[in-house]
Amino acid sequence: MTTAPPGNTAPPESTGPPESTAPPESTAPATETTEGRVYTVTGGDWEDVLGDRDPISDERLVVNMGPQHPSTHGVLRLVLELEGETVTQARTVIGYLHTGIEKNTEYRNWTQGVTFVTRADYLANIFNEVGYCLAVEKLLGIEAPERATVIRVLMMELQRIASHLVWLATGGMEIGALTMMTMGFRDREHVLDIFEMVSGLRMNMAYIRPGGLSQDLPPGAVEKIEEFLAYQRTRVDEYERLLTGQPIWQRRLQNVAHLDVPGCIALGVTGPVLRSAGLPWDLRKVEPYCGYSDYDFEVVTATTGDAWARYTVRVQEIRESLRIVEQALDKLEPGSIMVADRKIAWPAQLSLGADGLGNSLDHVRTIMGQSMESLIHHFKLVTEGFRVPVGQVYVPIESPRGELGFHVVSDGGTRPYRVHLRDPSFVNLQAVGALCEGGLLADAIAAVASLDPVMGGVDR
Amino acid sequence: MTPAGNSSDDKRPADESAAPVAGQPQEFAESAGTPVPGHVQHGMFGVSGSGDTSGFGGLVRKQVSPGSTERPYGGYYDEVVDKLAGVAPRDAVRRVVVDRGELTITVAKDRIADVCLLMRDDPALRFELCSSVSGVDYIDQADRLHVAYHLTSMTYRRRVRLEVATSVAEPQVPSVTAVYPTADWQERETYDMFGVVFTGHPALTRIEMPDDWEGFPQRKDYPLGGVPVEYKGAQIPPPDERRAYR
Repeated sequence: MTTAPPGNTAPPESTGPPESTAPPESTAPATETTEGRVYTVTGGDWEDVLGDRDPISDERLVVNMGPQHPSTHGVLRLVLELEGETVTQARTVIGYLHTGIEKNTEYRNWTQGVTFVTRADYLANIFNEVGYCLAVEKLLGIEAPERATVIRVLMMELQRIASHLVWLATGGMEIGALTMMTMGFRDREHVLDIFEMVSGLRMNMAYIRPGGLSQDLPPGAVEKIEEFLAYQRTRVDEYERLLTGQPIWQRRLQNVAHLDVPGCIALGVTGPVLRSAGLPWDLRKVEPYCGYSDYDFEVVTATTGDAWARYTVRVQEIRESLRIVEQALDKLEPGSIMVADRKIAWPAQLSLGADGLGNSLDHVRTIMGQSMESLIHHFKLVTEGFRVPVGQVYVPIESPRGELGFHVVSDGGTRPYRVHLRDPSFVNLQAVGALCEGGLLADAIAAVASLDPVMGGVDR
Repeated sequence: MTPAGNSSDDKRPADESAAPVAGQPQEFAESAGTPVPGHVQHGMFGVSGSGDTSGFGGLVRKQVSPGSTERPYGGYYDEVVDKLAGVAPRDAVRRVVVDRGELTITVAKDRIADVCLLMRDDPALRFELCSSVSGVDYIDQADRLHVAYHLTSMTYRRRVRLEVATSVAEPQVPSVTAVYPTADWQERETYDMFGVVFTGHPALTRIEMPDDWEGFPQRKDYPLGGVPVEYKGAQIPPPDERRAYR
């Protein structure tokens, strides 16, 4: 390919005879056409995709997008068949980020499972953790203390804001709104700062534990969150001032990528995409968990079911999440953040050191120096873990992308027998064909962006 | 599917109007094995590969698994089971388990697509959304590959889990994609990971693993893999070879 790019080797005058010398073996296969020599540069299974069709004479192009493409939110591969500018068939290929999270959890104890599942949907870590922990708690027949539940809601809604901000940022970037990209990532950073202060990590926090939390809110966290709430309220207005009235934004999103309610349900699409079609289906309302029935918030819907409706729903959901965070702060009361059962509650008392998360030195001093039993207990629980009674549960929660379900099976041992994540990104991606086919190629970008797929969750 | 299952079929009421009364023994044909088999713990701590010095090395403890549930199931479960038993083929429902507030209906595998159609379309059932399809490998059972379908009724706000069991030798299960198009990728994933072959699926190919992959990674006899790593001069074995308390 280094020897002859097609443009350089084309004969200067088209009337001249075709070159008779055979090209060196290192060049790509070439065919002689009336326009001159055309090189075919191939890779992977491209021959299979094209078959024996000549893309020029068929007026039918197969365009491969991805898996490395800035507009696919990660390693998503789309194979698009085009007639002119119109997409006639859209095929989705996934699996490029498969990391075996589900299999790995079967070789670690129940508490360590959190560390794996949090990495699935990497923009909604807390939701993965809460869903998994609720499933383990349901198997154990325990419930996290009130304060732990409120902090879980607090963290989940902050995470929802961060996730929607990334959607606005990347979705905006994909269709040319670069200012939105800088603003979205800037404000998401404030949420991640809160996470870092609370859990020690910006992402993949492993902050939620079966039975409660790994540690309580540090001093100053509530003030920092309040500060963020005041800041973020003005920012949401700013996004809408920037985008809603903008003609380019409107034309890129309005009447693009329609999906109505029956279509969503048949394809299993949930979350903001389903709500944008008009069905107020939000698991926080219809099957409340974590005490969501005590919070005052609206289920945001729209009626048009296009990419524009998904934009309005998500922006409004940021506002509703801000409301929930504010109410959660009011509900915070002193109390335990872990169940009282010391056979389940991880004994470590964590504290934030200069290097992030670490064991509290006071706690280490106590168990090492004063109480042999406490040392044995700590050792047993950390090495052996706890046993979970036999059974299986399915726990769904409302993640920023839809129904995040955890099918967890226990055989009574110290490790999960099976953990399955019903990830909303995975299921929602099946709608790509329905959203893109028949539309323009440029709208395929807006359509995939409006689904908000996160490949870490899709491939797990 | 078992002969025992067929012979006990006649115990079921032939007419749906003969509604079972509370306390009556459950009337569905049992298939072999328990719904979620419990794990057997050996010794004091469940370790293997090294001696048990606790003095309880011979201890064997079997984890108890929830068996079939007897009526009344409580909540909406009786209604769902009665309606389904009324409209479904006679041999479709094999077992009903209510555990931790969740209803599990084990279905004969040949009937799963028919049952799903009824679950979706019957006005009294209306399970419009198929939330999840996933597999579980109970390696000690004869029909070791299970497929769990989590259905959601948006109309009645109910959830139910349908489960079918199949063997490695005959891994065919009818596809439900004609009823629930959303099952498409989820069945592909179950095939990819467990090798359950969904007959009637439009394009049953691998989805997460490469197309030419051999084996089904989430089966219990498929190794996790991994290499030992060195840390401060010591060798740490891969996760599945480390000392474990089972």
